[in-house]
Amino acid sequence: MKRYDIVIIGGGPAGLAAALAAREQGIHEVLILERDRELGGILNQCIHNGFGLHTFQEELTGPEYAARFIQRVKDARIEYQLSTMVLNISPEKIVTAMNREEGLFEIEAGAVVLAMGCRERSRGALNIPGYRPAGIFSAGTAQRLVNMEGCLPGREVVILGSGDIGLIMARRMTLEGAKVKVVAELMPYSGGLKRNIVQCLDDYGIPLKLSHTVVDIQGRERVEGVTIAQVGADRRPIPGTEEHYTCDTLLLSCGLIPENELSRELGVMISPVTAGPVVNESLETSIPGVFACGNVLHVHDLVDFVSQEAASAGAAAAEYVKQRPGEDAEVTLPVKGKGGVRYTVPSMIRPGRMQEEQVIRFRVGDVYRNQYISLYVGDERLIHRKRPVMAPGEMEELKVTREQLSGCPEGTELLVVIEDK
Amino acid sequence: MDTRELICIGCPMGCRMTVNMDKGQVHSVSGNTCKRGDAYARKEVTNPTRIVTSTVRVEGGVLPVVSVKTREDIPKGKIFACMEALAKVTVQAPVAIGDVVLPDAAGTGVDVVATKNVVEA
Repeated sequence: MKRYDIVIIGGGPAGLAAALAAREQGIHEVLILERDRELGGILNQCIHNGFGLHTFQEELTGPEYAARFIQRVKDARIEYQLSTMVLNISPEKIVTAMNREEGLFEIEAGAVVLAMGCRERSRGALNIPGYRPAGIFSAGTAQRLVNMEGCLPGREVVILGSGDIGLIMARRMTLEGAKVKVVAELMPYSGGLKRNIVQCLDDYGIPLKLSHTVVDIQGRERVEGVTIAQVGADRRPIPGTEEHYTCDTLLLSCGLIPENELSRELGVMISPVTAGPVVNESLETSIPGVFACGNVLHVHDLVDFVSQEAASAGAAAAEYVKQRPGEDAEVTLPVKGKGGVRYTVPSMIRPGRMQEEQVIRFRVGDVYRNQYISLYVGDERLIHRKRPVMAPGEMEELKVTREQLSGCPEGTELLVVIEDK
Repeated sequence: MDTRELICIGCPMGCRMTVNMDKGQVHSVSGNTCKRGDAYARKEVTNPTRIVTSTVRVEGGVLPVVSVKTREDIPKGKIFACMEALAKVTVQAPVAIGDVVLPDAAGTGVDVVATKNVVEA
């Protein structure tokens, strides 16, 4: 059996940044396993610009952002295997994978970094009535078809869900000559970034109908039309508000779900809120030596933050390999969100293991204007910052320093809350 | 006097702004909460520009298309002319990031360049 110090599951932006960080920490035996035929993950189909403003201080397209990391990985002579599917990871960190050349094989890993990314919520998960004709695609599938396979999935389009991929595809399909009739969003606010609503919908006169959903899909062989209705505060359709749209295509952009089948089988503890692993300050899961980063941990808006997070996970995995820390009892401080804060990553911090500065990332559950974001450590309010606007579609973050947390007794709770004063 | 309603894209606040125009000149901007909003509004109503990203066909490559972008932002009114010009372009593999696939797109003076490396099949 081959052995590597660190095996990274997934060669997208998270896996690439984790591998580079591990190498920078002096770990040589690093292997990336990628199921696609090339590295770069979902960035390869995200051909629009807006990537890298934080990382490279310039605005790149997805493939360009990926290419920079891929080049670094190649320059660092980090090993990777393409078209290789990981089937299982055991608690002893034996990774079982397969590909066309080697068939089924096992690799022993000193540490594992989970970087599998996420998947789109499918029609089956949305409970939309109607037939099951051709012409219903997730926005990301349509994106791959248009941007990588070179084919247009339809000419008259309705989009359900205003996630960023749906907004981006509204513009992309319009530019390729399709007519995008409407974007319907169940919630009273968009799940996408504001700049995407302006640049992708407003620029092309595509209407966004908030508090609306698809209540029927017509057509037996191919989509012939959809019916959209307004929803009430209970998110149920209001009778009498139905509107019909003829179309041949329905795109779904209704949320992303971390892809954690491998993690679940491995026995990693999963957060019911993020659907990603519960992690500590080192982005280490409930299984020692197994780390998680990027969209498999929690869904991000910006790839720049995925790269940052993944670099932390890669460095932590390197540290684990070098030191093999024992199971000694250490001061552990739980981190929790309350009052509109849906979750935090990490879920616990061990001050003895944290870096100089620790980022706590979180999302809010509603739109908040002119509110304060606060961090309480025990009874003490450590951070109190005014935020003009916070929305579910935009990830928030706070930073704490090791100094601020040193001396906290075991079990002291770190609480992230939204306050009106 | 004409008025234009805009949503600022400078930050997540998304201020709703009103721009008063007089004979094509910006008279006043209101609704913004910072200077960046004012600057965005003035550019947006006088000369709005965008970077255009798309794909063009590739012959003999591992992929049938390669992603491209205008090297700089072009006037918004030229976006569809640029797309029409790109629809006629086919390039030969290999293609490297930065290769010009269409010089001076739609008379904008801006080149369209490849944003992905596509090797030969």
